[in-house]
Parts: sequence; structure tokens; C-alpha cells
Amino acid sequence: MSAIVSKVKLWIETIRVNNSRVILSRSKAGTFFIGFFISLMSLFMLLPVIYSVVQAFKPIDEIFAYPPKFFVQHPTLDNFKMVLRLAGNLWVPFSRYLFNSLLISVVGTFITVFISSLSAYPLAKGKFPGRAAISSAIVVAMLFNGNVTTMPRYLIIAGLGMVDTYFAILLPALANTMGVFLMRQFVVSSIPDSTLEAARIDGAGEFKIFFRIVMPSIKAAWMTLIIFAFQGFWNSTYGNYIYSEELKQLPSVLSSIAAGGIARAGAGSAVAVIMMLLPIIVFLISQSSITETMSHSGLK
Amino acid sequence: MKPAKTLSMRTQARRSYLSHYAMMSPFLLAFLTFTILPILAAILLSFTDFNMLQLPSFVGMDNYIRLLFEDDVYMIALKNTLILALVTGPIGYILSFVIAWLINELGYRLRVLFTFFMYTPALCGGAVTIWAYIFSSDSQGFLNDILLKLGIISDPISWLTNPQYNLVIVMIITIWGSFGTGFLSFVSGLQSLDRTYFEAAAIDGLRNRWQELYYVTFPQMKEFLLFGAVQSVSSAFSIAPTITGNPSTNYSTHTLVLHISDHAQIRYEMGYASAAAVVLFILMMAAWIGTKKLLSKVSA
Repeated sequence: MSAIVSKVKLWIETIRVNNSRVILSRSKAGTFFIGFFISLMSLFMLLPVIYSVVQAFKPIDEIFAYPPKFFVQHPTLDNFKMVLRLAGNLWVPFSRYLFNSLLISVVGTFITVFISSLSAYPLAKGKFPGRAAISSAIVVAMLFNGNVTTMPRYLIIAGLGMVDTYFAILLPALANTMGVFLMRQFVVSSIPDSTLEAARIDGAGEFKIFFRIVMPSIKAAWMTLIIFAFQGFWNSTYGNYIYSEELKQLPSVLSSIAAGGIARAGAGSAVAVIMMLLPIIVFLISQSSITETMSHSGLK
Repeated sequence: MKPAKTLSMRTQARRSYLSHYAMMSPFLLAFLTFTILPILAAILLSFTDFNMLQLPSFVGMDNYIRLLFEDDVYMIALKNTLILALVTGPIGYILSFVIAWLINELGYRLRVLFTFFMYTPALCGGAVTIWAYIFSSDSQGFLNDILLKLGIISDPISWLTNPQYNLVIVMIITIWGSFGTGFLSFVSGLQSLDRTYFEAAAIDGLRNRWQELYYVTFPQMKEFLLFGAVQSVSSAFSIAPTITGNPSTNYSTHTLVLHISDHAQIRYEMGYASAAAVVLFILMMAAWIGTKKLLSKVSA
């Protein structure tokens, strides 16, 4: 087994070393054009987001100023204070909503990433009967519109007695079709069959192969799935399934704070900024830490 | 000796089947219960009249006949959906790949930074509302203000409600938000490619980067390109713009998903909505099969 591990280590190391140099060269004009193009696209992507962040620091008269200004003249924290003040008057303490959201997002993301990887490996490399059918069923499920499946799904969840419990959120998370499909594609293209064969000849069981070879080799895919899953859990209210106030998530209380017409326009912008903070942090941490593990240790 | 060996290989294969089924079982159970069952239910409901209060009654093909021959709004929605999907789908997909490809050439820090920039619209979901300020119909709107000042227009344009402009605006906003999981998977996919192929190909006489892209990168990226394609097809056909008003002026930006949710959640015509979802699904499947054929030609 250790021979295999060191082989995989070497193989990942080779990718890293070779990755650090560009083999075919490019003209100076080409480099300039690429820089220019990426910067332009970034600007197009970023400006609306920056504008929405700036909005949150504007006093109410500037939000509705004529003519409209991109940047804030007299930055203020009033909008955030308003959100805090409104959040302080709630029947259920604000910290409870925050705790619920963190709990569901962390546990849900962990389940999604682990189960998706676990089922992706046999789906990509196994030879068991029914494999092709399951793969096509996953694509079918990804292409079927959710609006009409909400109601049958609700009936199933209610029938299982899971309404108003976190099972209604976490059990369906076991079947993240996009996650499984993504992981499957990664396993197919990044793990050679010969490595798996060698491990089997050495006597490694399938679970051992999964934990020692497959999981470490698809860390780059985790980055995509972690951020995708986290965002999904973090931004959802699960209004259909959760009725008890003390079980509700952050977005449900923040959206009711932001609702309230013109007078709450500032609070609305502040809420949008508050909600995007954590996903940004998760994105940056997962992106940088996983690139780091890829390039430094390879395998644990 | 020989029979003993085949037997052991067979038991080994059977054991790996068993482990593979065990690995897939949590996913499969949840997938069948919370995804496949609701989809089957929706398909059955499409042949019924169901108002969610009384039990569904079987009506045969009535819903489909009404959909395809009697519903004028449906035809408008179908036309808009096809236009939006055929324009934004390929543009978003190709841009995602091109930018991921360009970003891949950069150093580690710049790569993380630009990936973050491109992903921010998807990361900061709340920012989408900012387009309402930008395209606001009065002279306070950002775009109107600029165009008035530059003297390009003399009266403010109602960008979001004028059927002449609003479909294009929906396209711009959609492309802005199209750097999602497909894009992230391209970035991490390109990172995990085996560089030895590039070296070998360069020695074998590739003349430029375009040849490298076509002969080396595309074939190696096949699995990721397929993943991105499913994501693109499913999101391009699911565009549901509400920023232009719901319903929009003369249904000018009405789409199939808006039509489905309108009938499912407002009119409680579950059977009819399900029929519309089944037709949408058939369209998506056709688009997916076509895309797959095209990709297998490019990345053969």
C-alpha cells in the first residue's frame, strides 16, 4: 500500500513541477491582449457588485440622489446599525438564526462533499451492473425543472414525518446530483486505471482505495463543490419545510428586516452585504488552501 | 492452479461490486426518494387535472394539446426561452472556458484573484438587484443618466419594460451571472491536467498555442467540458427573469420556467404546469444530446 501511496505522490509531484512552466511561448502582444481582455471582463463582473456594496454605506438621501452617483459622498454605517437595531428586537435572539445557518451550512456542505465523492468513485471506475443507467438518471434529474417536483417532494418529506426538522434539509442533501456528476468527471479524468489496479494487486480494498487514493486526488474538485454547496445552504430559507421560528435560518429573518419599502432600502443593501461576507471568505479559504495542498504535500 | 485463480478473481470482482453498491447506497436511497420519485410523480401528473385541493383526475393528453395548440402565452414563452438559451448558453459557456484557459497561464496569486473576480456575481447573489438601479426607467437610472449627459438620448428610456430592449438586457444580466460552477470546474480541471502531454506534444511539433488547445487541451478536458455543458444547458433553458416585471410587458421576457411557476404556484394548475415541465425537459434533453455530439467532435 505504501508503495502505491508514494507512487501517487510522485505522480502528483510531477504534475506540480511540470505545471510551473509554460512550454510553448507567446508573443508580447498576445500577453498584453490577454491581460487587457481579462481586466475588462473583471470590470464588467465586478462593477455591479462594487456598486451594491457601496450602496450599503450610503445615507438614505444619497441612495435616491439625483443625479445618481457611483461612489458614496458621506459614508455611514447607519444602514448596518439599522439592521442591528431591528435584529435586536426579535422574539427569537438573532444569534440563534446565525447559529442555525452556520450549523446547516457546515454540516450540509460536509455531507454533500463526502457523499458526492463516495458515490462518484464507483460511478466513474466501477463495473457493476446499472452503472450507466444511474449516470443517465443523474443527467436527467439535472435537466428536470424543479418547480413541479417541489410539491411531490414536499408530500414525500411530510409522509416521512420530517417537516419542521433539519432532516428535511439534510437528507435530500445526500443526493446532490450536480456534486456527484462533478466528482465523477474529476475521477474519470484524473485517476489512471493502472494506479487503481496496482493498489488492488497490493490487496487494498475499495474503501481503502477511496480514502487513500481517490479522495486526495480530487481535492481540486472539492474547491468547486464546497463553495457551491455552502452557498446553497447559506442562502436558502427552506420556508416550505421549516415553520418553527427557532429553527429558521438567517436569510428568512434578514429578508423580513429588508422588506418594508423605501424606508428600508438602506437596510436591504446592508443585508445583501452581510449575506455575501461568509461565502466570500469560504471561497477564498477553500481556493487558496486546496491549491496549496495540491502543490505542497500532494497526499496526506 | 488456473481455476483457483479465476475463482479468486471472480470473488474479488463480486466483492468490489458489493463495496461499490455500499458506497453508492446513501446517495441512491436519497436520489430515488427525493429526486426520482418526485420527477415520476410530476410526469404522471402531467396527464391529469390537479388543483392541489381535490384528487387528480386523469385527462389523457389534454394538457399537452392545450399547451401546444391553445396557449398563446406559452408560444411566446417558448420563443423567448429558445432565443435566450441559444444566445446566452453558448456565449456563457465559451467565455467561461476561454477565461479559465487564460487565467490558467497566470501565477498562483493572480489566478486566485481573477477566479474570484469572475465568480463574484455568482457568489454575491444579492448583487443582481443592483441591475434594477442601473437600468432604472427614470432619469435617476444609472445608464439613463450617463446617456442623457452625453447627449445620446434626449428622454430617459424604460429599459426594463420596453419590449425593444428588455430581452437584450436579460441576456446581458444572464451572461454576467454565467460564470458559475462550470467555470470553477474548468479552472480546477485545467490545473489538474498532466503537463507531460503538453511537453510531448511540443516536442512532436505543435506550432502554436491554438494547436496545443485543439490537440492537447480539449481532449484532456473532455470530462470537464461535458460537466460545464450540462450546467450551461440546464441554466440557459431555466432563465426566469423577474427584473423586467412578472408578467413583463406583452410577455416580452416571459420564459418557460416563469410560465411553469406561474401555473404551479399561482394558479394551482399542477397538471398543466407538469406538462409544461415535461416539454421543457424534452427540449433540454435535445439540446444536451446535440451539445454532447458537438463536444465529442471537438474533443475526440
